[in-house]
Amino acid sequence: MSDSAALPSATTLADAPAPVFDRGYRYRHALESILVPALALVLAAAGFALFLICLGQSPLDFVDLVWRGAFGSAFSIQNTLLKASPLLLTALCVALPAQLGLVIIGGEGAVVLGGLAAAAIAPPLAGIPPLLLQVLMMIAGMSAGAVWIGFAGWLRAKRGINETISSLLLAYIAIALFNHIVEGPLRDPASLNKPSTADIGAGNMFGYLPGTDVHPGLIFGIIACIAFYILIFKTSFGFGCRVTGGSLRAAQLQGLPVTRLIIIACALGGACAGLAGMVEVAAVQGRANASLAAGYGYAGILIAFLARQNPLAIIPMAVVLGGLTASGGLIQRRMDLPDATVLVLQGMIFVAILASETFYGRFAWFQPRRAP
Amino acid sequence: MKAIGVEAVNVTKRFGAFTALDDVSLKVRPGTVHALLGENGAGKSTLVKCLLGYNLAEVGSFIVDGREAHITQPQDAGRLGIGMVYQHFTLVPSMTVAENLVMARPDVPRVINWSVERARLATFMAGMPFKIPLDVPVDSLAAGERQKAEILKQLYLERRLLVLDEPTSTLTPQESQEVLGLVRSLVQAGTITVIIITHKLKEVAAFADDVSVLRRGKMVGGGAVAALSATDLTTLMIGEKHAPAIIERLGAPGATPRLAVHNLATLGDHGRPGLNIDAIVVHPREIVGIAGVSGNGQTALLEVLGGQRFATSGTIAIADKPYHARRDEAFALKVRVLPEEPLRNGCVPSMSVEDNASLRRFDRNDDGSPRRWLDRKRMSARAKTMIAAYGIRTPSKDVPIAALSGGNVQRAILARELDGAVDVFIVANPCFGLDVKAVADIRARIVAARNGGAAVLLISEDLDEIRELSDRILVMRDGAIVFEAPAGADAQMIGSHMVGHG
Repeated sequence: MSDSAALPSATTLADAPAPVFDRGYRYRHALESILVPALALVLAAAGFALFLICLGQSPLDFVDLVWRGAFGSAFSIQNTLLKASPLLLTALCVALPAQLGLVIIGGEGAVVLGGLAAAAIAPPLAGIPPLLLQVLMMIAGMSAGAVWIGFAGWLRAKRGINETISSLLLAYIAIALFNHIVEGPLRDPASLNKPSTADIGAGNMFGYLPGTDVHPGLIFGIIACIAFYILIFKTSFGFGCRVTGGSLRAAQLQGLPVTRLIIIACALGGACAGLAGMVEVAAVQGRANASLAAGYGYAGILIAFLARQNPLAIIPMAVVLGGLTASGGLIQRRMDLPDATVLVLQGMIFVAILASETFYGRFAWFQPRRAP
Repeated sequence: MKAIGVEAVNVTKRFGAFTALDDVSLKVRPGTVHALLGENGAGKSTLVKCLLGYNLAEVGSFIVDGREAHITQPQDAGRLGIGMVYQHFTLVPSMTVAENLVMARPDVPRVINWSVERARLATFMAGMPFKIPLDVPVDSLAAGERQKAEILKQLYLERRLLVLDEPTSTLTPQESQEVLGLVRSLVQAGTITVIIITHKLKEVAAFADDVSVLRRGKMVGGGAVAALSATDLTTLMIGEKHAPAIIERLGAPGATPRLAVHNLATLGDHGRPGLNIDAIVVHPREIVGIAGVSGNGQTALLEVLGGQRFATSGTIAIADKPYHARRDEAFALKVRVLPEEPLRNGCVPSMSVEDNASLRRFDRNDDGSPRRWLDRKRMSARAKTMIAAYGIRTPSKDVPIAALSGGNVQRAILARELDGAVDVFIVANPCFGLDVKAVADIRARIVAARNGGAAVLLISEDLDEIRELSDRILVMRDGAIVFEAPAGADAQMIGSHMVGHG
């Protein structure tokens, strides 16, 4: 130790006041990350209004119907929350790897495999206490999702394969695998028109939250969003992830276990998406069938980007998107528009949000003030 | 073709609230080399960018060849015969010199008749005082040749006034002499006028006729080079009467090796040879300088030592313990690294100064045990201490570190890496592109770390820096250590080993 260089200056000057002349930066920065997406949403809404006018429909009627369909009554609010709950989890499948700078878009694969794993273990274990079975189903679903997305992470970290492409292609493989198993080895002979696995049994299904029609998947999603917010922003693990995402070379220079961080973050994201699939089986379908591949994984991408990959911001964004989806039926009936109209709006929002990324740092007022 | 003069009259340029150029006037006589001297951020680049049409001055005008010129875009400057050679090369590396030249023409035809073009190029080359092979890809040329090809391109485009932005920053001493000598001869022949942006005083003294000095956006002085001493120029540049002194190296190096690298080899990039190092040994209280021309394996060496690249064979030992650049090892053995271009290699640009200040320590308690939860209070206190102790100019500790100037990023990373006890300190090009004050500051810190007992490995492409700071000098060429020299060895001799004529 006697040969170690301990520089005196760092300690002797420790009490000197740091020259600070831009105390407000932190708040302006936060405001920027709210205003820019807000601007994008307004632009997307304007574009969609134009689209409606071209179809001879009134944008105001549309807003009114969306409001009523999504939040107008206790029923519609519950419907919105139901639609939002798988999206909370699939958005995390994008947002967690995104902390390391990865763009994972194959959450759909983890959803179907998670649902399949959960549905597959239930019938052989019939007879054990429902709560225990549900826990085991959750573990199975999360593991399946974790392995699938973790594999995309492993390919990235170890073999340098682009994770966006590999996760998307893995999702196709997962869906094909799912179809093969559901229509083949695990098919319930009783399911004629819609090939499905065997029923997990009504007694083993999740119940509803007291006084509502909402299943516990919503609670899982909210807990997961909060827990991962804490993990990412309050722990050393999360800090290491964000360093890796911000600069791979800096992370390597600091000796951070980059490979491990990438695989863990991808596996955690995959576990979330797998849980979404399990909930879909245990709370809605009661079995695994093609309804699992309903696009939750893809909608999660949109939400994660809307939330700027912040797990807490995923909650309100999932509710907004859930509300849009929930009002789709009403719009179809009242405005005589196809169901896909809502998808057009979603697409416009996505493009606007992606385009708005270029606006960060463009407005001088948000930027750090220079030294006088 | 004849050299032209240019004059800037009361040019003012603002970026938002920041005044980059404040009422600057400058007169460049035709057929001369005019040096534009100043620290980083003094406004040199802004001034030439206004002249070249990349920036538009709010107030003031330019007079080119005796006539007032309206330069609003780069093409305008090109038509007037004004061109620029950038610090970083702009030729397409995978294309040949001939292809680069022809493609650069503003009137390049849709279908190129290469036999016609070749004939034109041959006539053009016949009139040039130097030769460059036209049919080899640019990336197979050495740095000096490339720089010459850049100049050649400007001549081919019939530019009569060239702006050279730090033209020698990536060249060896020999190459610098050659390129600047060439420029000088073109100027003396009356072919071109040259404005050279630099902060190397030696080059100003040896190659420029006139000099103008900028400081904080203002023209602070200048005149004929012959009439000004180096001290005068330094004073003008930094506004102080004396150049900051370098801290002396105190105490002799220790006897037992602290850092030992043996038989280190890596794979090469793009067909170039990888590392093939027999031995590098650094003792406590010793600075070992690694000199070499850019691209001879210095980056790979730093990357291996910093954990950014795998070695295919060889051993690294710190105080006789094997070292693989893992986080726990670096922490236990007190190894710190200051990489070149720290904004790209050593910190997270989008994260705050505070976060970047804690990259070494965020997952450790003071006693070295692992820490699961971030301690924001300590991180904040640490950042404040470093900002004060190293004089880091930043709006606040919460701004992204990318918002800081190059010198201040360097100070911040240095503060982080020298925080606490340091046994081994690995540094690469620590002063590249920094102003005089920051350079003196950072070199003093490095010497202080050495005097405190650290073993310092200094990898630098600036031979003057190596000679000034090192106890021992190693020369690296083609990925191998080819020569060892004691402190204060002759620069020409080291330079000849750098290029392989030794």
